[in-house]
Amino acid sequence: MNPPASILARLPALPRPALPSTFPPVLARVVDRLPSRPPSFAFAAAANGLAWRALRELDWSAARGKRFHARVRDLGLNLYFSVRADGFHAESSQRADVTFTASAADFARLALRLEDPDTLFFNRRLRIEGDTDLGLAVKNLLDAVELESIAAAMPAGLGQVIPHLRRLAA
Amino acid sequence: MSPSLLELICPAGSLPALKAAVDHGADGVYLGLRDNTNARNFSGLNFDTKTLAEGIRHAHAKGVKVLMALNTFPQPATLARWHTAIDTAATSGVDAVILADPGLMAYAVKNHPGLRLHLSVQGSATSYEAIEFYRERFGIRRAVLPRVLSLAQVENVIAHTDVEIELFGFGGLCVMVEGRCLLSSYACGDSPNTFGACSPGHAVRWEQTPKGMETRLNGVLIDRYADHEKAGYPTLCKGRFAVGAETYYALEEPTSLNSMELLPEMARLGIAAIKIEGRQRSPAYVAQVTKVWRAAIDAVKKAPETFQPHPAWMAELNKVSEGSMHTLGAYYRPWK
Ligand code: SF4
Repeated sequence: MNPPASILARLPALPRPALPSTFPPVLARVVDRLPSRPPSFAFAAAANGLAWRALRELDWSAARGKRFHARVRDLGLNLYFSVRADGFHAESSQRADVTFTASAADFARLALRLEDPDTLFFNRRLRIEGDTDLGLAVKNLLDAVELESIAAAMPAGLGQVIPHLRRLAA
Repeated sequence: MSPSLLELICPAGSLPALKAAVDHGADGVYLGLRDNTNARNFSGLNFDTKTLAEGIRHAHAKGVKVLMALNTFPQPATLARWHTAIDTAATSGVDAVILADPGLMAYAVKNHPGLRLHLSVQGSATSYEAIEFYRERFGIRRAVLPRVLSLAQVENVIAHTDVEIELFGFGGLCVMVEGRCLLSSYACGDSPNTFGACSPGHAVRWEQTPKGMETRLNGVLIDRYADHEKAGYPTLCKGRFAVGAETYYALEEPTSLNSMELLPEMARLGIAAIKIEGRQRSPAYVAQVTKVWRAAIDAVKKAPETFQPHPAWMAELNKVSEGSMHTLGAYYRPWK
């Protein structure tokens, strides 16, 4: 049976050509050999510049004194950081309380609110190791921020990029 | 006013999730406060008075109802917390509270006679006699039925009570002893009924090992997943256990309930509302699932005789499901 046109019009978007789900392994091997310190610094600087204004009002008490590790699986990239009163800080030690592992594209989809972490977890695309409660607290903390408020707090004009990125990555 | 029919009730664990539900076509949202007065007491989840007020404003501006879940069982030492939560619900202007504990119902009736009461699934009322008991004593207006009944049994309940009936439509499945499960308590001392969460984060550890990803609950190994195997929630009921010579899902497989194909039958029975599980999930999930169910409920109301779940809807729902598969649960079974 064919559904009436009005239903079709309301269908959720079908999969479109999306971001590559993984990066070329060669590239990953190259990045893997790089020390993790410079990328962690670059990440902290970018996160502070783009998002901290919108995030600093949050109750980060659960994260105080904790160290985070984001492992970008396909890029072989390891980011170590903490969240302090004045923003994200790169950490040089490789000790972490909680580690999140996903591909670059999936991290991007999570950040753009296109994908639910539980969905990625069920599908083995997201791994949380270490202090699960801390991971959960941070996930829920970030979920409670409205995307528009992050966009609005971004440096001039950059916020407008978010809707475009969402369409691109959907 | 005509009685409710197939209202779409969606989960809201945060303000953005609430807005996602409202903006994608929910008729009602349900939410909880930031403590163990509700059964999704996870770190960082739920509403404080400020976000509650904003959520209610946003929902009501679009004609969407807000229901507050106060569905855990108060403990003697902290009873005041539950009473305060009911007061908060009443003064903030929610459309109903979802309660499981008769003591709280009595408190609500006495102190806020205008407050609409729904019986939570955690109240575990499976017969019309039980539902009528709550109606006679406390005036409950709606009951959420446990996911153990077949549709034939649901029909029998509806035939014998005027209380509105809400059914679960989609989402994670408990092993189906709602309100009575002590498995989580057995492993880590915290159970949904009192702590407000099954398998709370502090007790859960995931670890990638050479044998696969291991899930432990308070040190108890509950599952190990090979690399490309789908994973489930870290609850005991969905663990794999060695029974005799076999290791398997001894209690329940990690699947999600999806009753969409039964919508025409539910419409015929006069089901007042369909509930979507998942307050622990992100705004992305709420948006995806609400959109699909809105389309399906609109379609079934328009043409119940020809309704069939569209494959694209089912694919979208399977994608976000635990275990990435779905079941009709107890709703469809020939035996009773
Ligand atoms: S262990 Fe399973 S059945 Fe028991 S409360 Fe948790 S999810 Fe529900």
